[in-house]
Amino acid sequence: MRNPLVRPYPKDWFLRTRAYRLFMLRELTSVCIAGYLVYLIWWLYKFNQVGAEGYEELLSFVRHPVSIGMHTIALIAAVWHSITWFNLTPSVMPMRIGEDKVPDVVISIATGFGPWLVLTGFILWATLG
Amino acid sequence: MRQMSEALQHDIVIVGGGGAGLRAAIAVAQLDPNLSLAVVSKVYPMRSHTVAAEGGAAAVIKDNDSFEAHCYDTISGSDWLADQDAVELFVDEAPRELIQMEHWGCPWNREPDGRVSVRPFGGMTIERTWFASDKTGFHMLHTLFQTLLQYDAVKRYDEWFATKLLIEDGRCQGVVAIEMRTGQIRCIKAKAVILSTGGAGRIFPFTTNGAIKTGDGTALAYKAGVPLKDMEFVQYHPTGLPGTGILITEAARGEGGVLLNKHGERYLKDYDLGEPLEVDDPKHPQKRTMELGPRDRLCQAFMKEHEKGNTIESPFGDVVHLDIRHIGEKKINKLLPFVRELAKNYAGIDPVHEPIPVRPVVHYMMGGIHTDIDTATPMPGLYAVGECACISINGANRLGSNSLTKLLVFGKRAGVAAAKYVRSCGKFDDSSLESQTASEQARIAAIFNRTSGNERIAAVRGDMHHAMESGAGIYRHDATLATTCEKLAMVRKRLGNIQLDDRSNCFNTELTTMLELENMVDIAEAVAHSARQRTESRGSHQRTDFPERDDQKFLKHSMAYRTEDGTPRVEYLDVVITKWPPAKRVYGEKPIESGA
Amino acid sequence: MPQETITLEVFRYRPEEDKQSTFQNYDVPYHEHWVVLDAINWIKDNVDGTLSYRWSCRMGVCGSCGMMINGEPKLTCAVFLKDYFPKVIRVEPLVNFPVERDLVIDMDGFMEKLKSVKPWIIRDDTDQMDQEYLQTPSQLAAYKDFSMCINCMLCYSACPVLDGDPEFIGPAALALAHRYNLDSRDKGNEQRQDIMGAEEGVWGCAFVGECTEVCPKNVNPAGAIQQAKIASTKAWYRSVLLPWGKR
Repeated sequence: MRNPLVRPYPKDWFLRTRAYRLFMLRELTSVCIAGYLVYLIWWLYKFNQVGAEGYEELLSFVRHPVSIGMHTIALIAAVWHSITWFNLTPSVMPMRIGEDKVPDVVISIATGFGPWLVLTGFILWATLG
Repeated sequence: MRQMSEALQHDIVIVGGGGAGLRAAIAVAQLDPNLSLAVVSKVYPMRSHTVAAEGGAAAVIKDNDSFEAHCYDTISGSDWLADQDAVELFVDEAPRELIQMEHWGCPWNREPDGRVSVRPFGGMTIERTWFASDKTGFHMLHTLFQTLLQYDAVKRYDEWFATKLLIEDGRCQGVVAIEMRTGQIRCIKAKAVILSTGGAGRIFPFTTNGAIKTGDGTALAYKAGVPLKDMEFVQYHPTGLPGTGILITEAARGEGGVLLNKHGERYLKDYDLGEPLEVDDPKHPQKRTMELGPRDRLCQAFMKEHEKGNTIESPFGDVVHLDIRHIGEKKINKLLPFVRELAKNYAGIDPVHEPIPVRPVVHYMMGGIHTDIDTATPMPGLYAVGECACISINGANRLGSNSLTKLLVFGKRAGVAAAKYVRSCGKFDDSSLESQTASEQARIAAIFNRTSGNERIAAVRGDMHHAMESGAGIYRHDATLATTCEKLAMVRKRLGNIQLDDRSNCFNTELTTMLELENMVDIAEAVAHSARQRTESRGSHQRTDFPERDDQKFLKHSMAYRTEDGTPRVEYLDVVITKWPPAKRVYGEKPIESGA
Repeated sequence: MPQETITLEVFRYRPEEDKQSTFQNYDVPYHEHWVVLDAINWIKDNVDGTLSYRWSCRMGVCGSCGMMINGEPKLTCAVFLKDYFPKVIRVEPLVNFPVERDLVIDMDGFMEKLKSVKPWIIRDDTDQMDQEYLQTPSQLAAYKDFSMCINCMLCYSACPVLDGDPEFIGPAALALAHRYNLDSRDKGNEQRQDIMGAEEGVWGCAFVGECTEVCPKNVNPAGAIQQAKIASTKAWYRSVLLPWGKR
C-alpha cells in the first residue's frame, strides 16, 4: 500500500550550506545597489534644483560619515556582486578552442575582470588624473 | 501479501530493462506500433548494469579490419566453444547496430575527420572496439533509454520484480511480478516473453557486478524447464580493484597499460603470451600479445604468479600492478577518465602518478538460457537475450567488447522474432494463468509470513559465496567442486529457514532480496554441477585434474536441466562449426590464418 | 582492541504504520575503507532487514543510491565514513521528493519531466545505415559534459526553486535537453523550444548554482540552463524581429 510522505523543504535552506549563503549574499547585494541608485537619482534631482550655488552644501551632505559609510557598503556590495558574477561567466559562456576548454579563469578575465579594470582605470584617470 | 487484482495484458512482455531489453523494445516499437509492449524491470531501466560497462563495443568498421578477423578472434577467444553460425551472424550485423547507436546519439569518440575511433582490446587481431571514453555502457544504456522514451505505446513497469513465468498449453504466456511500491502480486499475460535480466555475478562474493545481478530471468527460465547452457564458464576479469571488485577496464591495457608483479616485471611474458615490447615502442601494445591476451589466460597467469609468490600483498588479497603512468595525464583524461576517477576514489591512488593495484574478479557469465540464433528458447513464446542468454557467441571465454555489441545485435533480433511469433501464434488456452498467479502469490506469502526459522539472508548468502569462491573459481578440481556442490545443497536446505524482519508491503526489499537469493542458489548449483561434469580444461573452465582440452568428448555445450530437488541434470549438445575447425589457441605471435 | 563503531542516524518512514517520519540510530562497525552505503548494507544484513533503500553498482554510475548525508545530497557509494568519523552521520532520503518508504523516494515526477524535454535525436531525414554521421572531436566536446548525467537526482534535492515550483523541469532534465540541442547530429531545437522556453523551463531557474556544486559527475546543469536561457532569448528575438526568416 502506498502512502508517500511529502516533506516540507527546510525553511532555512538558504542558511544551510556555504554555497546557499553565498548565493543569498549575492542576491542581497542587489538591494544595496538598488538603494544606491535611488540615492543617486535623488541626488541628481537635488542638484538640478539647487544648481551650482548649492553644490557645496550637497557635497557636505555627501561627506557626512553616515553617507560615506553607506557609500562604502554600496561599493563593497557592487564589487562583490561583480566578482561573483564574473566568476559565473565561464559557466554561462563556455568557450572552446577545438576540443579543449578555454580555462575558466581566462574567460572570467577576458569577459569580466579585464574590461572592468580597464574601465575603472579609465574613469579614475578621467576624474582624478 | 496484498490481494490480487485483475490481470494485465500485453502482446509482448520484456523482463529486464538493460541494454538488451531496451534494444528489443525499440525494435518491437518500430516494427509494429500496434503491438502492445511492456517492459518489466526491477529497477528503473537506467540503473541496469549495462551502465557499468566501460571499455567499448566491437564491430568491423575500419578498412584494415575484416569479417574473418572478427570471427576468428571471437571463435579462438571462445576456445572453439562458440557456435560459428551465431558468430558469423553477430559479426555481420554488428557494424549496422553500432551505426544505429550512433544515429540515436551515442557519443562515440571520434577521429579528427569525424569518423568514429576504435581501440584495441584483448584477444583482437585488429583494433575494432568503438568507445565513448571509458563509459561506453553508460552512454549506450542512457541513449537506448532516452530513445525509447519517444515511443508512447511502450508501457513500462519500473520497479516490478518478476517472480515466475506463466506456462500453459506448452507455451510461455506471461509473468507474475511484484509491484514493489505496493507489494501487489500481479499476473501479466503476454503472447511472448523476452527475458533480458543480465548475468548472475552476485553468486560470487568478489565481482564487478552490481547488487542487482542475481540471475533472476535465468532462474525463472530454468525453473520453467528451459535448459541452461555452458553455465560452468564464468569469466574473471583480470583487473578489478581489491576489496570492492570495481572494474578497471581492459581499455586501460588497450591504450598501453602494462601488468607488473612485485619485482616490477611484466610477468605475462612467462605465460605463453608473447614477448613484451617497451612501452615507448610505437608498436606497443601489440595485438593478441601480453597485456592484450584474452581474459581467461591473464587471470590464469595471475594465479600462477600468486603461487610463485610474485604477487603483492594487500589488505584485500594479493594484487599485481596495472601501470598506465606512461600514457600521460592528457591522454588518460581524454580516454580513461573513469579509470582515474575510480582509482582515486576507491583505491586512493592517482594512476597518473602511481600504478593501480588489481586482481582477477568475477565479471561475466558466458553461459545462460539456451537459445537459438533468433534468441528463441525451446519453450514456445519465450525468448532470451543479453547476458542471461547463451546463444552462444562467447563459448568458453568471451572476448572483451563483444558483449555490448551482442546486446544490440541479439536484442533487435529478439524483438523482431517475438513480434513475428506474436502475429502468427494464433489463440491458445490461457485459462489457468490466474490460478497459477494465485499459487505463486501463496508461495511468496509463505516466505513473507514465515514465523519459524532462525536464519538471516546474509548468512546463507555468505555461505553460498564461500562455496562458490572456494570450489568453483579460476582453477577447479573434482574434489573442490564436490565440496561446493555439497555446500550448495546445504545452502538450499537453509533457504527454508530464513525468516524475514520486514512485514511491510511497500518496497519490501528484504523480500525481493530473499527471492533473489533463491534464484542465485539455482544458478550456483547449475554452475557447480556443470563444472564438475566437464572433465576437461577449456577457456575460463580450468580443471587441475584435467588440464587439457578434450575436443573428442567436450566440443559440446553443456545443458543443465533443473530436476525436482533443484539440482541439475547435465546433457550435452554439439557445437556448430562452419569454417573454423578447432585449433590451438595461439597468442603472442602471428595467428594461424583462419580457415576461411 | 575493541571494534570501533560509528553511529548512523537513519530516517525511517513506514507508510503503512507511520504518520510521521522518525529517526533510528544504528551503531555500525567503523572501517576506514567503508563508504556510507557499506554501513547501510551492514545494517540491512545484520541488524534490521526492514530498512529500505535503493542501490546497485556501488561505483558511482548507476545513480540509485543518492541520499541526504548530514543535510547534503550525496551518492552514498561515494562518501566515506572516515570523512565523518567519529561524529554521527545523519542519513535521510533526498529532499524535494515524496518519500515512498524509509530512504526510497518517489521518482515518477522526474520520469515525466525527463520525457517532456524530448531527450532523443530528432531529424527530418530517415536513417542511412551504411555510415555513421560525421562528428568532429570538437563537435563532440561541445555537448559531451552534458551527456554525463546519471539521473541520480542529487541536483533536484539541491534546487530550492523546486520547493516553490514543483512543476519546474529541473536541472538534470534541462541539461539533457541542452545536450541534445548542442549535438551536431540533432535538429530538434525548435521542437524543444516550447518546453525549454516555458515558465517551468529554463526561466524557472534562479541560478542558485547548487545543482552544479552537488553534481557527482561534473555535468554543470546550472551552466547548461543559463546557456539555454541565452539560446531561448535569441530564438525569441529572432521570431519577433524576423518573423519571416528562419529561426
